[in-house]
Amino acid sequence: MAFLSDPINFIANWLETVMLGFGWSDAVVNAVLKFLGAGAVGTFGFALVIFTIWLERKLYARIQDRFGPNRVGPWGIFQTFPDMIKIFTKEYITPNGADKVVYNLAPILSVSAVMLIWAVIPFASTVFGTDVNVGVLYIVAVGAAGTLSIIMAGWSSNNKYALLGAFRAVAQMVSYEVPMVLALLVPVLLGQTMGINSLVASQNVWYSVMAPIAALIFFISSLAETGRAPFDLLEAESELVAGYQTEYSGLKFGMFYVGEFLHAFTISALTTTLFLGGWRGPWSESVPVLGILWFFIKTFIVYFVVAWIRISLPRLRIDQMLNFNWKILTPLALVLLIVTALAEKLLALLLPGLNLVDTANSWVRAAVHLALNGLLLWGALTLLKKIPAKPRKVVGSPRPVAVAPEPPASVIS
Amino acid sequence: MAPEQIIFIVAAAVTLVAALFVVATKNLIHAAFWLILALFGVAVTYVLLQAGFIAVVQVVVYIGAISILFIFAAMLTRKVMQDTGPQNNPNWWLAALIALVFLAGLVLMLLGIPGIHDQAPALAGDANPIQQLGEQLVSADHYLLPFELASVLLVAAMIGAIYVAWEKKR
Repeated sequence: MAFLSDPINFIANWLETVMLGFGWSDAVVNAVLKFLGAGAVGTFGFALVIFTIWLERKLYARIQDRFGPNRVGPWGIFQTFPDMIKIFTKEYITPNGADKVVYNLAPILSVSAVMLIWAVIPFASTVFGTDVNVGVLYIVAVGAAGTLSIIMAGWSSNNKYALLGAFRAVAQMVSYEVPMVLALLVPVLLGQTMGINSLVASQNVWYSVMAPIAALIFFISSLAETGRAPFDLLEAESELVAGYQTEYSGLKFGMFYVGEFLHAFTISALTTTLFLGGWRGPWSESVPVLGILWFFIKTFIVYFVVAWIRISLPRLRIDQMLNFNWKILTPLALVLLIVTALAEKLLALLLPGLNLVDTANSWVRAAVHLALNGLLLWGALTLLKKIPAKPRKVVGSPRPVAVAPEPPASVIS
Repeated sequence: MAPEQIIFIVAAAVTLVAALFVVATKNLIHAAFWLILALFGVAVTYVLLQAGFIAVVQVVVYIGAISILFIFAAMLTRKVMQDTGPQNNPNWWLAALIALVFLAGLVLMLLGIPGIHDQAPALAGDANPIQQLGEQLVSADHYLLPFELASVLLVAAMIGAIYVAWEKKR
């Protein structure tokens, strides 16, 4: 029964007793278990990417009215394996004048920056890598490594297009980090904690209900952080060849590819954890396996939306992207943060002695926050509607496309 | 040897070597990458001191923002792909002297703290360091004044930056 309700901790406990039976000390056993756990989470993440790559290609194809991969295995589900074998056998090319160490370090950093986030995501009430008490900040910190990897790739490739891609990456990722951090502060305010596990535990009402604007801002800005369409300016094919990854080949390119897909899945998992209640669901407290199930159901729903957005929206222009961030998302996030903090303080002042995180009161609190969010959204939209859309400036006078040339003078006379 | 000691020795060694390379390497961008490694080593040291919040803030602010801005600024200079110019200017000995004096001052100050050689007392199990830090930062009898002064300084810097970058309207 213990095995059925919580297999992962059952196995961990069994391993612990076995290793203690060898006569190893507590510290060594703990260290070995931590390493095994980290290895298991990492392997699981990579195994999941094999599946999500197929899933996304299939979705892509279906939305574009194609079949998609359909040769290897039922519904082409094993298509990724031949692709993997192919990419393993490809040649590594290092361009002349590339900075070798940095060039080779960048793909590794790009994947590990995403993988590190998985260390703090709780899959169930008892299944999580580690419970950092500053988990939310940790996520932001790890995101910085991803930006760094793109800069390293773009700079070290000794290629103009790669460098231009890196420039755009910095502009995009650093600016979208601002509304993301501000939106992340809202659940921290509501849950009165920074740990991811305690944030999930405090979501008697999902934070997407309590603070829908924060959820939306977080979702949009983390989409921008992944650098996929409609925010794929850092690798815009029509302008920059392939952006920062132009010069990469073989498995080094594969690392960026895997990192991108894993990142897309990771932001779905983060949105689920922070705003959709994580592993919470019926009977998830008593049967942790159900928590894992709820977590992945929610995550895959969010992932579907992520893929859907990628497939259906065209790429933004760089000025549109930056304007949207600095003129809409950031002010909205700032106002939302102030409003939420004031509302929390007022609630605590008006209803002293009430524990706001408590179950019974959380619906009242959620209603107040939801109403405020609705009001804020309405205000923002009416304000935005008043600003007329600016037509693009025409640089030169428009030229006719095809004009017959002036006939030479000899013909006229 | 306890695992913490091994981690500390490794982190300290990496920090020192990286810090050395920050000034020794010729390539500007390599120096920035070494600086990131050094700052990361400092963050590991903070973790070992059970200051998780400070460690993560160190990574967010110094690696995530400041170093990336360094690299960005360096990338915007000419000849970004090449090693350029001599790395020393005639005042290098002055900088070395100031650094040494600063190091000596720090060491003297640290040695002056009573109980510096003792084992650090364990933190209370139910203490919430982040909450304590927050309360100390905004309580008038602790660090309110320095905190607000730093905020004013940052706001001034921000206004200055906006003024410099402002597009002059004709």
